[in-house]
Amino acid sequence: MFVARGLTKVYQTGEVTVHALRGVDFDLFPGELVVLLGPSGSGKSTLLNILGGLDVPTAGSVVYQDHDLTAAGEAALTEYRRTHVGFVFQFYNLIPSLTARENVALVTEIVEHPMTPEQALDLVGLQQRLDHFPAQLSGGEQQRVAIARAIAKRPDVLLCDEPTGALDIATGVVVLDAIETVNRELGTSTVVITDNAAIAAMADRVVRLADGRVAGIEVNTRKRPVHELQW
Amino acid sequence: MVTWLDRVRPSALNRKLWRDVWEMKGQALAIASVIAAGVTMYVTYLSNFDSLQRTRADYYERQRFADVFASLTRAPHSLAARIADIEGVETVSTRVVADVTLDVPGIAEPAGGRLVAIPERAQPVLNGLYLRSGRWIDPTRPDEVLASEMFAEANGFRAGDRVAAISNGRKRWLTVVGIALSPEYIFAVKPGEIVPDRKRYGIFWMGQHALASAFDMEGGFNDVSVSISRNASEAEIIAAVDRLIEPYGGLGAIPRRLQISAWTLENELTQLQTFGFILPAIFLGVAVFILNVALTRALALQRQQIAALKALGYANAELAWHYLKWAVVIAAGGAVAGVLAGAQFGAGMTQLYNQYFRFPALDYRLSLDVAVQSVVGSVIVAALGAQTAVRRAVSVPPAEAMRPEPPGQYRSSIIERPWRRSRLSHATRMVLRNIERQPMRSVLSVAGIALAVAVLVVGFSFITVMEDLVDQQFTKTMRQDATVSFVRPRSPGALHAVQHLLGVMDVEPFRIVPVRARVGHRNRTLAITAVGPNPHLNRIMDRQGHLVPLPESGLVISRMLGQVLGARVGDIVQLEVLEGHRPTADVRVQALIDDVLGLRAYMQLDAVRRLLREGATLSGAHMTVGPAARQRFYAEVKAMPAVAGVGLREIMLQNFRETMAESMNLQVFLNVFFAGIIAFGVVYNSARVSLSERTRELASLRVRGFTRAEISLILLGELAILTLLALPSGAIIGYTLGQLIMLAFNNEIYRITFTLTASTVAWAFLTVIASAFLSGLVVRRRLDTLDLVAVLKTRE
Ligand SMILES: Nc1ncnc2c1ncn2[C@@H]1O[C@H](COP(=O)(O)OP(=O)(O)OP(=O)(O)O)[C@@H](O)[C@H]1O
Ligand SMILES: [Mg+2]
Repeated sequence: MFVARGLTKVYQTGEVTVHALRGVDFDLFPGELVVLLGPSGSGKSTLLNILGGLDVPTAGSVVYQDHDLTAAGEAALTEYRRTHVGFVFQFYNLIPSLTARENVALVTEIVEHPMTPEQALDLVGLQQRLDHFPAQLSGGEQQRVAIARAIAKRPDVLLCDEPTGALDIATGVVVLDAIETVNRELGTSTVVITDNAAIAAMADRVVRLADGRVAGIEVNTRKRPVHELQW
Repeated sequence: MVTWLDRVRPSALNRKLWRDVWEMKGQALAIASVIAAGVTMYVTYLSNFDSLQRTRADYYERQRFADVFASLTRAPHSLAARIADIEGVETVSTRVVADVTLDVPGIAEPAGGRLVAIPERAQPVLNGLYLRSGRWIDPTRPDEVLASEMFAEANGFRAGDRVAAISNGRKRWLTVVGIALSPEYIFAVKPGEIVPDRKRYGIFWMGQHALASAFDMEGGFNDVSVSISRNASEAEIIAAVDRLIEPYGGLGAIPRRLQISAWTLENELTQLQTFGFILPAIFLGVAVFILNVALTRALALQRQQIAALKALGYANAELAWHYLKWAVVIAAGGAVAGVLAGAQFGAGMTQLYNQYFRFPALDYRLSLDVAVQSVVGSVIVAALGAQTAVRRAVSVPPAEAMRPEPPGQYRSSIIERPWRRSRLSHATRMVLRNIERQPMRSVLSVAGIALAVAVLVVGFSFITVMEDLVDQQFTKTMRQDATVSFVRPRSPGALHAVQHLLGVMDVEPFRIVPVRARVGHRNRTLAITAVGPNPHLNRIMDRQGHLVPLPESGLVISRMLGQVLGARVGDIVQLEVLEGHRPTADVRVQALIDDVLGLRAYMQLDAVRRLLREGATLSGAHMTVGPAARQRFYAEVKAMPAVAGVGLREIMLQNFRETMAESMNLQVFLNVFFAGIIAFGVVYNSARVSLSERTRELASLRVRGFTRAEISLILLGELAILTLLALPSGAIIGYTLGQLIMLAFNNEIYRITFTLTASTVAWAFLTVIASAFLSGLVVRRRLDTLDLVAVLKTRE
């Protein structure tokens, strides 16, 4: 799916220059679930943003199937995000003035062949919460709405940035379970960022980042279902 | 499957729009009200302009209102044919017109009347009458007349009532048989006065033979009206008519636009139109400003949402349109409300116009054009105003969606530093920090509130401005009680007769000379007032209240007349005297007076006598009359053959207050009322924006144990400080704005000076402070009912 080579990202804020990525090579294969592991500030989100077309690298190349994301303009990136990518943000980023169903509809209304919002919410076990506003949902429920919103368009890739970061263990398991279900049943290539090593066990492959570089790649021979995870 | 239901169901994004607007409904309402205020004024003024203009055009057309008018002393009927021969002249109508003194039952003071001849059996060929009630005159009854509607109405006259006309000391009884209106007298004002006196000035249409024989005019006429063909040159025809009537004491032909009624109406229309643009423009400007501020700040709160929507695949254009719709919805709502209110006020204003402009029917009509213009205009202007806010908001990079909420950048404020160790309460410190943390935002709030102050200052000052005008004209300038004018210029003997009437104390004679003044290719017929060097009764005074002495020779004219003629100090004006030996002379403009009313031209009596090459003739005199003797004075002066009319200061003032002031009051009311709405809208909006920006912060303070009173203090303290900062700057902006608006008030009829009084400023301040207080209460209530958990649970 993705072939990224020599990705570099430099942030310049005033006097300070931050090298968020220093030459990262990254591949993602169809149907694969990859966990991105690394300490805070190692560049995980930066990499994910670039893969998702939210940001462009300072140097290097990213090719998604036959789209060269590095060369794409604003409009092409928007189109790319709209048709191919589902995002799950660490802080859910639901629209507070819309219900769960409407938050999902926000996406299903602008893509071709989506699921219905009800189907998507069903997949994450929220069929009972369709008409609740975000403020009326727990954190885990909000995150599951976010996942429903991300998968409702039947994306080719699902990119999740610390989906459990703000949740307790039990809730985190429910959320990860939803992600796993989507990956398994829809065959959506998935990248999950976490700084929690225990979660890595659910992945096909684990990519470790440290200080803007790839520190190691492990292929998980014994992939474990989420409900067996412990941390 | 897409069903029809899906098609009509609003999209999720549109639902977000409605809910977001609903969430800020208070603010939306405040902004919409400001827009509504602007649109109301626009619709009120312009739909009246429209109605008046339409009615006027229709009336002129239907009653064959003439194009050129001239008066003369007396000419034989044969002259009419020669006038008709002038190229471009279509129709000529000649008649006798005579001014008389009226003895109206129930009124002690002498009233004025004008008798206008009409054919006994038909409508005049030009200036046709509209017969409101009663019947046309009977050819066999010389005493029968048609009376003008306003006069009849004001005095409760009906068909069959009688009124006495006095001329040359002879009294004639006129019997009113019908009530009529004429396009010549839509605005009927006694010669020499500015405000119609509905009770004491009437027009009477009388059979031509009866009138001619009463005034020794058989076989002749003293007034001519002409209609000209479409592409004829008005200026050439006027010149030709002047040449023909000159030997017969012609007073200078004038085009329709200078005919007194038409001229007044035209000036009023122009003013309505300017007013209809300027005030709404200011209001809309303010509305756009606060819309921009409100939207900028509301959208700043939506930063994360915008980034998320972009991450989800929404394009910039889609989002920009989404947020522009906020502005459009608010503006459209306000504009529609404004159109409805404008239709109401417009109808009210038309009622007032009916008081002194009289048409057969002046119906208020809300023109579709005006309604559509105001709605479309507001929407476009609002969208333009919102555009920068929206563009800025939408430019947020989508990657922001991934980032946690950026923490506010706090530091200790410069203001509090000197007291750092003192006992400045925590809340006070937060207030100061908040203001200083986002200086731009504070500046915008201050600017918004200052605009509210400014609009109020302007609104309130209309009241003082009108009072100033009255004071200037009726107290400072006019110090006479009565002005007597003679039928014809008289020798000083006539003056002595008047002077010796009982009760007359002080007398100031004057001479009025009709002239045509020319400078280059411009010309204007006007009356030169000749008085002594330092008139002390009817004084010559500029807008600042300085007395202007007359030079030994030369002219002193209104600055506005200087503009009309294109003459400056030192320029030569060619004066063609339109009476007596009709001399022509070049006279230098010695001074321009920046005066309040009319187009005035003054010369010293001696200079005028030299110019006229005649003795000490007088046209009338201003005088003071002891209060006890007034009734006797009125009775005697009415009966004097030499006296054509008497003007009484007190009655003029009363008329001015009744008519002008009445319509002005409506305008003042509109201005003040809507300025109040704006003020409240702006202040409330600032308070609400601060509230929504701070909700999370304040909620977390509450969670950390702050009391309601303390967090209210943080927000309301800030509002109070910003309001206080805005007051002085608002006064300054208001002063400037007022000056600009008053420029538009400069017309040939009157010039208004913008003055700012302490009480105006105080009222404006008080209104804004009250608005701030009310807004504070609303905000306080919302803070008290703040749902802490809900606020902290979701991200903005
Ligand atoms: N917009 C930005 N401007 C400046 N510096 C940035 C920006 N975004 C990220 N950085 C810097 O780039 C580096 C990598 O950031 P990134 O968000 O990718 O880390 P991360 O691995 O996701 O960390 P975390 O686990 O804490 O989320 C950090 O040092 C961060 O400060
Ligand atoms: Mg991160």
